[in-house]
Amino acid sequence: MLIVAERINSSRKRIANAISERDASFIQTEALVQAKAGSDYIDVNAGSFRDEAECLKWLVDVVQDVTDIPLCLDSANPDALSRVIPVVKKPPMINSINLKPSRLEPILPLVVDYKAKVIALCESESIMAATTDAKIDIAAGLVEKVTARGIPLDDLYIDPLIFPLATNSRSALASLEAIERIRKEFPGVHTICGLTNVSHGLPNRKLVNRTFLITALARGLDSAILDPSDKELYSALKAALIILGQDEYCLEYIHAYREGRLG
Amino acid sequence: MDCEALKEAVISGKFREIQALVRAALDRGASAQDILDNALVPAMEEVGRRFSASEIFLPEMMVSAKMMQMALDVLKPILSSGHVKTRGKFAIGTIKDDLHDIGKDIVISMMQGAGFEVEDLGVDCPPERFIEAIERGNRIIGISAILTTVLPNIGKAIKAIEEKGLRDKVKILIGGVATSFHIAKETGADSYCKDAVEGVLKTKEFSVLYEDN
Repeated sequence: MLIVAERINSSRKRIANAISERDASFIQTEALVQAKAGSDYIDVNAGSFRDEAECLKWLVDVVQDVTDIPLCLDSANPDALSRVIPVVKKPPMINSINLKPSRLEPILPLVVDYKAKVIALCESESIMAATTDAKIDIAAGLVEKVTARGIPLDDLYIDPLIFPLATNSRSALASLEAIERIRKEFPGVHTICGLTNVSHGLPNRKLVNRTFLITALARGLDSAILDPSDKELYSALKAALIILGQDEYCLEYIHAYREGRLG
Repeated sequence: MDCEALKEAVISGKFREIQALVRAALDRGASAQDILDNALVPAMEEVGRRFSASEIFLPEMMVSAKMMQMALDVLKPILSSGHVKTRGKFAIGTIKDDLHDIGKDIVISMMQGAGFEVEDLGVDCPPERFIEAIERGNRIIGISAILTTVLPNIGKAIKAIEEKGLRDKVKILIGGVATSFHIAKETGADSYCKDAVEGVLKTKEFSVLYEDN
């Protein structure tokens, strides 16, 4: 199970303020809290800024000063990514590509050159795939484009896209079925997703997010973009992994318990 | 009496029963226009008010909008086209380079629920698609944007509408998480709507301007 820690995102107001004011200690605290809670990658996003490349580079420098955990560069902008990636110390994850040539073509060489992992969204030039079949079609296209560049499937993380249940009661089901089929039809490829979209417009969102995560894990999801410092979420995740046979002798679960990380 | 019961059914989301209730009201002699004006439209107004006041959640508003459509499916064959009063024409699309359709579709449901004739321009709309919608007679245009990266495209679309000499023929509303009052001012839109309910209210206000057309 691979965890990408999501909190350093400029769509959150406090993060945007910290970036504008170049408040390094605020960002570093966010990084350390997530590192301590259990992160494999720390996501950094400056997408709401016009000078995105400059802001993202600042985030990378500031976070790398306090932790060795590799970074997940979160940008849809190939230019910003190509300017920031040279200063990254460990092979990063790139978040993200889709099937749009204007995004895919300039970003894939960065994935190759920097031995990065890459998140690929089930989006094409014209659609954000909502049905299972559309998601699988785009996933097939992504697998083809990525492998054509010689990138190992193990470095590809396909995001099936998660849409709100509030406007379509079967949207989560389409994503869950896609996770299962991607795993079967493209062996070796990983699946990843964020959890917050699913609960948009509903009460008690965290309960829905966490239950969605567990359901998705049972269908084969093997990575997620989430807040590892959310204790209830993290505890549910650790418990699910022992149940699904992904934590031998339950050692990680017990370890997390001893460290006081289970709620 | 029938109108009150129907109104209550729409507000409380009894979607399995709505069509039977509408038919029953018609059987007892209520006119289709009466059902529309005194049950369905006021029900949607109340649902919008409750959503704005955070008394109900998004799926509850969505189901009411859906019920409005189900009721209209029963009423439309009866309302002879000459007698159907629509509030006016409204067209909405998601701006170029943005493929998000959920917010736009919520607005469409709510606008239809409020009695507007709605044209869906789809996603990834270039300026020409808005221009053509204005040329087809739409006097109120909605532009949706979810990604911050596409905001400059709103300004470009509005500029293109100006250059065609059509700007004074329409009111332009913007909405979606990337937008704000500030963005409305910056791009030259007439107004920003924080959600679908506000979109309906502002469209109602602006549509008064075009009532005689």
